[in-house]
Amino acid sequence: MPGAVLEMIGVSKGFPGVRALADVDFRLFPGEIHALMGENGAGKSTLIKVLTGVHAADAGEVRLGGDRVSVTGPQHAQTLGISTVYQEVNLCPNLTVAENVFIGREPSKAGAIRWREIRRRAAELLTRFHVDVDPGVRLGACSLAIQQLVAIVRAVDISAKVLILDEPTSSLDRDEVEQLFTVMRRLRDDGVAILFVSHFLDQVYEVSDRMTVLRNGRLVGEFPTADLSRIDLVGHMTGRMLSTLEQLHVPEETARVQAEPVLKAQGVGRRGSIAPFDLEIHPGEVVGLAGLLGSGRTEAVRLMFGADVADSGTVALGGKPVSLRGPNIAIDHGVAFCPENRKSEGLIEDLTVGENIVLALQAANGWLRPLSQAKRQELVGRYMTALRINPADPDMPARNLSGGNQQKVLLARWLITQPKLLILDEPTRGIDVGAKAEIQKLVVSLAEDGVAVLFVSAELEEVLRISHKIEVLRDRRLIAEIGNIGSVTPEGILEIIANGTTS
Amino acid sequence: MKAVTGHRLFWPAAVLVVMLLANLVVTPGFFSIQVRNGHLYGSLIDILLLGSPLMLVALGMTVVIATGGIDLSVGAVVAISGALACYLISGQEDQGAVSGVLVAVALALVLSAVLGFWNGLFVARVGIQPIIATLILMVAGRGVAQLITSGKNINVNSPPYKLIGGGYWLTLPFAVIVVAVVVALTGLAVRRTALGMLLEAIGGNAEASRLVGIRSRRLIVLAYTFCGVCAGIAGLMISSNISTADGNNAGLWMELDAILAVVIGGTALTGGRFTLAGTVLGALVIQTLSTTIYTTGVPPQVTLVFKAVVVAIVCLIQSPAFRAKVFRRRARPAAPPPASPAAADVEVNA
Ligand SMILES: Nc1ncnc2c1ncn2[C@@H]1O[C@H](COP(=O)(O)OP(=O)(O)OP(=O)(O)O)[C@@H](O)[C@H]1O
Ligand SMILES: [Mg+2]
Repeated sequence: MPGAVLEMIGVSKGFPGVRALADVDFRLFPGEIHALMGENGAGKSTLIKVLTGVHAADAGEVRLGGDRVSVTGPQHAQTLGISTVYQEVNLCPNLTVAENVFIGREPSKAGAIRWREIRRRAAELLTRFHVDVDPGVRLGACSLAIQQLVAIVRAVDISAKVLILDEPTSSLDRDEVEQLFTVMRRLRDDGVAILFVSHFLDQVYEVSDRMTVLRNGRLVGEFPTADLSRIDLVGHMTGRMLSTLEQLHVPEETARVQAEPVLKAQGVGRRGSIAPFDLEIHPGEVVGLAGLLGSGRTEAVRLMFGADVADSGTVALGGKPVSLRGPNIAIDHGVAFCPENRKSEGLIEDLTVGENIVLALQAANGWLRPLSQAKRQELVGRYMTALRINPADPDMPARNLSGGNQQKVLLARWLITQPKLLILDEPTRGIDVGAKAEIQKLVVSLAEDGVAVLFVSAELEEVLRISHKIEVLRDRRLIAEIGNIGSVTPEGILEIIANGTTS
Repeated sequence: MKAVTGHRLFWPAAVLVVMLLANLVVTPGFFSIQVRNGHLYGSLIDILLLGSPLMLVALGMTVVIATGGIDLSVGAVVAISGALACYLISGQEDQGAVSGVLVAVALALVLSAVLGFWNGLFVARVGIQPIIATLILMVAGRGVAQLITSGKNINVNSPPYKLIGGGYWLTLPFAVIVVAVVVALTGLAVRRTALGMLLEAIGGNAEASRLVGIRSRRLIVLAYTFCGVCAGIAGLMISSNISTADGNNAGLWMELDAILAVVIGGTALTGGRFTLAGTVLGALVIQTLSTTIYTTGVPPQVTLVFKAVVVAIVCLIQSPAFRAKVFRRRARPAAPPPASPAAADVEVNA
């Protein structure tokens, strides 16, 4: 076995009040795909940030090709051959795809940037990785998946010895994941060492060769993927046995349909984003939206919240027709919405965790009626405990939370308002296996308490597990509605999507 | 130690203290405060008095910057407010009548509020970028001020008006009391209600704030209106202090000093988290600097350069990134490289 290309020995990193990494050893070999596993807040992103010099380690050392290095920042890491794609896409949405690929290292001639060259080379790269996008469009206009792929293309092109991907697949579709894995395998065969973080166990088992497991900032161990069963992996990650992960029973279709619908949409649509559709949700009902990426799932639910304004159709909330001109109106009628893109549309990173959690309630109350300190503490404390937000410090800036915990903060924000209709767009993205099961349970129990839930997820299994009714979308059109009786399978839904027929 | 230096007000306060001490070295009597005719006198009091208009303007600017905006028109509003008040007073038969002065002051403040409201509408309703929206009034506003004064300086001779920017009350300069009251009220308004948090949310992430149901437009209009009123009061103080409305020069470049005060105080120009106390410190830093330039006799031709250099240093010290760099450089050679990594870790983790 050749020597490790990258090695960390006894690395520790603390933040005020948190030991994010404690004496962690880590090895990465050339030509391997290595998964870094752990619960939300285990320290995965922190380990990566130490490797790339975003954070300086408090103790320990990093060795590259056997030599001790002290990486001073991402730029420096890149010159050393370590390229990274972070959990949240970190490019410039107002530049074009091509510019984003080459930003900071534009080919130039006598000081002048050669724009045509940039376009040409970007187009070449994108075709090589089968990314289907015009290099001249603004990155912000592309879907998250494309943005993610562009970030990867950029990272890979910066001649990487080591490629680090922090949850690269969380916003990708099945096909896109496959495409990414193909690229990853090809790079591995070229001798690149790939470090990869994902909460999708299936993907980890499909693509990785070895894995390192962290728990609470400590190293649990390093394992060849083939030798570690899933049960053991989850046990290592959580330190608990799998009891919390017991299967949720498939909900039965009940007589709820009798009640007045919480939301009734007729012919609601928006040109260029989603064709007119009908939708009805009753109290206590979970409606899942299934479809591939870009099929219009997000677009559809945004119309139900007034995040975008529909240009046709009518919506009735609680039996009364409402004109959804903006989120305020929906919120006043008891609708809550957790958006898909938590960094740009959900979290306010500057504010503390506690402030983020009370924000929706406070906005509804208006600024003149602040929540009392006691009330606020009580509410925040209750929901932080219920959702197991970690670290349990409401005064920490929200930006310091790990990705999965940020997602939980957004959930808490809306649960606190006790909505009648809860719209969740990819609520379990970036959330670890344990927490994912908890959130699914939470949705089921909310529904039992009479809350209506509109649930979007790219994971069909998840949609099937918790929904009473499934709306299938394709090409920005709602093509089928199926009751979730026992016989529905993910394959069945995929078939509907593929054939466009209601069976 | 870390807790002290980590406090967000530490650096602006430290800079202010260092500047004051530097003055003490040059001018030994700098810290002395005397009572004359029941009034407090001294260089420190002067700094407070002369810094009052800037503190107010910077206060309004802080709130606007918190929403992610900026208001370039404050200097112009200062000029307009002073011009209108002096114009109204000069037109009265008895310039010393309290009622007449009150009416003039009220009208000037209403106009300032309207101008701020106008800015707010442009930003929040029309959706023009704040820097452009307020640039309109910055340019046009000076013209309006000159229109009011017909291009001349208007002198007034009104004891009640003189009180605002040049008089004393309870041994203190009246202007300082006004600033204290406005700062205190603003502090209560933003921190005792949810206003501060909502403003910070808007500045921190406008789209997320919209999706969480914050009625951002109203709050943004409110912030600009408040900023206009603050500039209006400052305009009254400045014209009152010299008993003259000068449409050309009153509040000239004041927007830049105000922005600087906000930044020195520790509020980021990108919006979000803000600190009113920091802004007050920042304004005092700038005023102290100006005073220092006068008292220490820095030659007039280098004052601007001197000021720029000091401001640059202050901003560098403020920047955590800069400090981290300097400290890292210093710290590295000091820490001996561990001979064996394992041994070093044991120590660290113990
Ligand atoms: N800048 C920071 N300041 C303070 N604490 C931080 C900071 N960054 C991370 N942390 C804390 O360090 C711990 C590890 O966080 P990290 O982001 O590495 O988790 P993670 O394993 O990537 O989790 P996830 O799967 O949710 O992304 C968390 O408790 C987090 O709150
Ligand atoms: Mg992470």
